[in-house]
Parts: sequence; structure tokens; C-alpha cells
Amino acid sequence: MRETPLSNCERQFLVQAIAEKKRLDGRQTFDYRNVKITFGTDYGCCIVDLGKTRVLAQISCELVAPKMNRPTEGILFFNLELSQMASPAFEPGRQSELVVKLNRLLERCLRNSKCIDTESLCVVSGEKVWQIRVDLHLLNHDGNIMDAASIAAITALCHFRRPDVSIQGEDVTVYTPEEQDPIPLSIHHMPICVSFSFFQQGTYLLVDPSEREERVMDGLLVIAMNKHREICTIQSSGGIMLLKDQVLRCSKIASVKVTEISELIQKALENDKKVRKEGGKFGFAESMPNQRITAYKMEVAPVDTGDIGKKTEDLIYNSEPPSEFIPSPVVCAPGTGQIGEGLQNSWGLEENEDGEEAEAEDQAMEEELQTMDVKVKSVKKEDPITLSDSEEEDVVILEPKTMKKKVNVQASSTAASKKKKKKPVH
Amino acid sequence: MAGLELLSDQGYRVDGRKPTELRKIQARMGVFAQADGSAYIEQGNTKALAVVYGPHEIRGSRSKCLHDRAVLNCQYSMATFSTAERKRRPHGDRKSSEMTLHLKQTFEAAILTQLYPRSQIDIYVQILQADGGNYSACVNAATLAVVDAGIPLRDYVCACSAGFVEDTPLVDLSHVEESSGGTQLSLALLPKAEHLALVEMDARLHQDHLEGLMDAATRACKDLHAVLDRVVREHLQEVS
Repeated sequence: MRETPLSNCERQFLVQAIAEKKRLDGRQTFDYRNVKITFGTDYGCCIVDLGKTRVLAQISCELVAPKMNRPTEGILFFNLELSQMASPAFEPGRQSELVVKLNRLLERCLRNSKCIDTESLCVVSGEKVWQIRVDLHLLNHDGNIMDAASIAAITALCHFRRPDVSIQGEDVTVYTPEEQDPIPLSIHHMPICVSFSFFQQGTYLLVDPSEREERVMDGLLVIAMNKHREICTIQSSGGIMLLKDQVLRCSKIASVKVTEISELIQKALENDKKVRKEGGKFGFAESMPNQRITAYKMEVAPVDTGDIGKKTEDLIYNSEPPSEFIPSPVVCAPGTGQIGEGLQNSWGLEENEDGEEAEAEDQAMEEELQTMDVKVKSVKKEDPITLSDSEEEDVVILEPKTMKKKVNVQASSTAASKKKKKKPVH
Repeated sequence: MAGLELLSDQGYRVDGRKPTELRKIQARMGVFAQADGSAYIEQGNTKALAVVYGPHEIRGSRSKCLHDRAVLNCQYSMATFSTAERKRRPHGDRKSSEMTLHLKQTFEAAILTQLYPRSQIDIYVQILQADGGNYSACVNAATLAVVDAGIPLRDYVCACSAGFVEDTPLVDLSHVEESSGGTQLSLALLPKAEHLALVEMDARLHQDHLEGLMDAATRACKDLHAVLDRVVREHLQEVS
């Protein structure tokens, strides 16, 4: 399905935030998201998390006949797939531009830079060589697929062990992992891609764009380097115009980032090696943290209930009585008073009920309270109208004060008549 | 290929050029009468043909129509007889798709697409003989074809490839130099403001050498610009 288009206000918001050097997740302009590398139980399988972007890499090998023009070299095959679970925009079948772009960039980064010694993959020249197949699957798309994929690919390649082979004259024996320990691939260097996104025709630059930032960017520059400060690939995409200085500056930033990430990869590989050697548990299942509630128990919090009786008394004594709800007539024209909107006024009913409730509450309380409530009730019945200046009034009387008296009389008469009406209903 | 030195001690390359020398360029505009714009370029032994149709109404799906710009439709193909071995080149293979994308990206930056909203410009490029510098030849041919079609451009788009052998940048690589597996940089430049429409580099190069390599490629693109400009002016004189 088509992905939800980005609204104009969201786009403007993002661009303006970037102009003020602010990013949605609070990073600085040259900060990477958290990189997490976990290995599976088999050799050559790893998952890389770059923030929320997640890529799975799996290496496999088999013996095949070599290419005609390169009889002594092994074959490297890369395949990056955008799985449908990564984003609703990815559809099965059709090979989109993005897939082609990513795959080609990955191939150039890893194959053309000769990071793996392909001569060592040769078994019998001209007849049998190892074909190493790198399969990458994007599991979640939150921006910057290229970086995550390159980290996953090179880490998996470093982690992979191929079966041992021995040649005696004409016979070639391939040992299974049980017979002989599998041997690692010979890797010269580790190229890692760093992505730079450009905004506002090249004025602003961000490292490691997230998915939202990718949608509003003008163009992308990918630089693949290794930790020896050798550039393996540069690729600019999108319709932007770059200047030479920008490219050089990006390469300097990239060298710093690549060193950091290379260290991280090395550490992850060493940790995994250590765990496997010590016989500990390893694999994806172990690396996911257990988030389960083993016991639901709350501590007993002590509550002091000694003087609760007195406290409640004080509270009720000091609290204000429920506000009087006095029918306040609206003066539409001089000499007239309007209560309600022409329908039967139910205020008298409510007032009485309130009084009753108050009575019920009283019985549970102390005597002082009862008397107070009775006072309230009496006030209500004998002098129902007090066009007071209290805060409860929300009706503005527009007429000058002299008219008030008239209104009072009328209101009181109407109120009194209503009271009389209500009584038989009880 | 071992044993073939790309740069001799006297500073000459395999085909006798100096490191900063371009190959001989011959170009012709207006080769096809029925297309809106067409051009043919020969860079040494590399021959490329470019044809431009447009701007016209969007053909095919209306959904690709952009309300404020013209859509660019590029296609890159190599003739089966273009390389040393005859190989059938299916259009959908990854390398030609990648080249197509790069061409599209380059010209989207250069053509003033804002002047033609809701329309489409087609650029078709065919390589007749491939002897290195395929991308550069395509871009140069397409530039001339777009100028021939009368579509407004920000500036000429000049492309050149460059390599790095024994601490010397070599410019305008031939097939032999490319397939040796050394560093290869392709640059598409708008000469006046020195804007890079495309930067593409393969194979290892130490960071310190990058600036030198880019400078050499930029200078070569500017030389190429002079040649293309002369071709355009001569063509206009002929026509008028």
C-alpha cells in the first residue's frame, strides 16, 4: 500500500527544527543512534539495531564452479531484501528503485573494496571455489537502512566460520563442523557506511537520518570508510548540488564515526567469542531481556489511623457548606424577569433534594454539623432569594440597582409559588 | 591485471597520454530529425548516443505526475556489441538500473523542471562502444541532446572519471585502467559554480588523497566544458 504522505505542516516543522539545529529525538547533528549488535546461535548470523531500524544478516557458503574470467577467486553474493514487516510501503514482488540503490551500494562497498580475500576462497583452481552468500533482511524501517545493513553485513562476515577443507593430490575433503573446527574468513578491513542527509539545498547537514528526516531531506551522501581512514565508496543521491568542501568535511566526520562503530563491532565479536568459549548461553533468545512480572506484590505501607476520627470532624467543621443554588432571574427588558428558558423550572426540586442529601449526611456526623445544615435549609426556605454579590452568581444583571427591588419581589413571588407547587409532589 | 603498468616511469599512460590529459572528443548534435533533441559523442573509443523527447504530457500512469515539476524519465542501455564479448544485456539488471538512477539524479539537479509542471521529459542513452568512462560519455551526450532540444538547463553538465595510480591522479580512464581494480571516481559537475551533481567513488582511497583526486577531476570537467561549449556554438552557426 502507499505510505501515508507527509503533511505540509509536519514537513515545515521538521525543516524549521533542523534549521534551529534541533532533531525530533533530541540528538545533536552529528550523533548516531544507539547501535546494538546481537549474534545468533549459528556462526554468521547477527541482528543489528540502529535506533529502531533493525537488520538481520545471515551468511552461508557452498562450493561452486568459479567464474570464467576469474578462475582462482571465490564468489561473493549480496542480497538485501526489504521485508514487508519493515514498513507498509514495501510491497512484495516489484523491485523498487530503493532496493536497487541499496543493493548496488552494498555490493560496491563490500565487493569492490576487496574487504574479503577472495583468493583464499579458492579450493581447486578453475573447478571449485567457495561462494559466500550474504543475505540481509530489513526487519524494521526507521531510517538509515544503508548504515545498519553495512554494519550487519560486515559483522556477520567477521563472525562467520566456513567448513575446513583439505586437499590431498586430487582428492578434496570437506570436513563437517564436528570433525574439524570451521575456520573464519580472511577479512582485510571493515568498511562501514555513514549516511549524511542534506536539507535546504545543502545548507544543513545531519548524520544518521531517522525515517521522518529522510522524508524531508533533499539529498543523501553515503561515505563508506574503514578505520584506517581509507574511503571505500562515496555515493551522492537525490537531486542536490554539492560543493567539494562539503564532501571533504563529510569524509572527516565519517572517519570519526567509523572508528567508534568499528570499536563497537570488535567488542561485540569478542564478547560473543568469550561467551561461546566459556560454554555460556548465547543466541538471540538469550540476548533479549526478560520482561516478565515474576511476582506481583506490593509492600505493606503503614497508615496511621489513630486520630482519624478527630481529623474528619475538623475537616467537616471547617469546610464550606454546599453552595446555595439560588434561582437568578435574567433581566431581558426592564420590568421583566426570566427564570430558565420557558420550561418548567426544576430548580426548586433540585434544591430540596440537595437539602435532603445534606440531611442524610448530617446524621452520620456530629451535632454541630447538623445544626449548621439546618440553618442552611431554613435560610433556603424562608429567604430563598438573595441576589447577593457572591461568587456563585454567574448572571450579570444589566439593569441599574434601582430596578433590583422590583425583580426581587417578582422572583420571590414566583419562587414561593413554585415551592408551594413542589410540596404536593413530595 | 598484473604486469601492465598503468603509469610508466616517464609519466605516460598505456595509451600514451599524460595523467591529466583527456581523450579526443568529437561530438555532433541534431543527429536524429524526429526527436526533439539528439546528440552523439565520441570520447576516445567510447561512443554514446543520446536522444531527448519532451517536455510532453505524462504517458502511462497519471499517478507519477508532479503538480509543480516535470518528471524525468531516463533509460540507459548498452548495445550487445558494445563490449569485447557479446553479451545480452537485459534492461532490468542491477547495473543498468543503477546507471539509470544516476542519470536521472544528475539531470534532475540540472534541468529547470519547475518550468514544466505536470509534464514529462524523456532521456534515452545508448552506449554503442564501451571503452571506459561510460557514465561520463552518457552525461555529456545527454547534456548536448538537452541543449539541442531547447530545454533550459542551469548550466552544462560535464562528467569525467578519474583514477589514482602511484600517487598520481589519472583523468578520463579507459577500459584497461578501469578494470585493473584501482580507485575510480566519477564526477558530474556544473562548471560555473563548481556544483557537484553526482559524486561516485569505488575502491579504496586514503582520505588524504581525496582532495587531490577531486581537484583533478574538476579541472578535467572544466576542460570538457570548453569542448562542449565549442561544439554547441559551431552547431548553432551551422544551423543559422
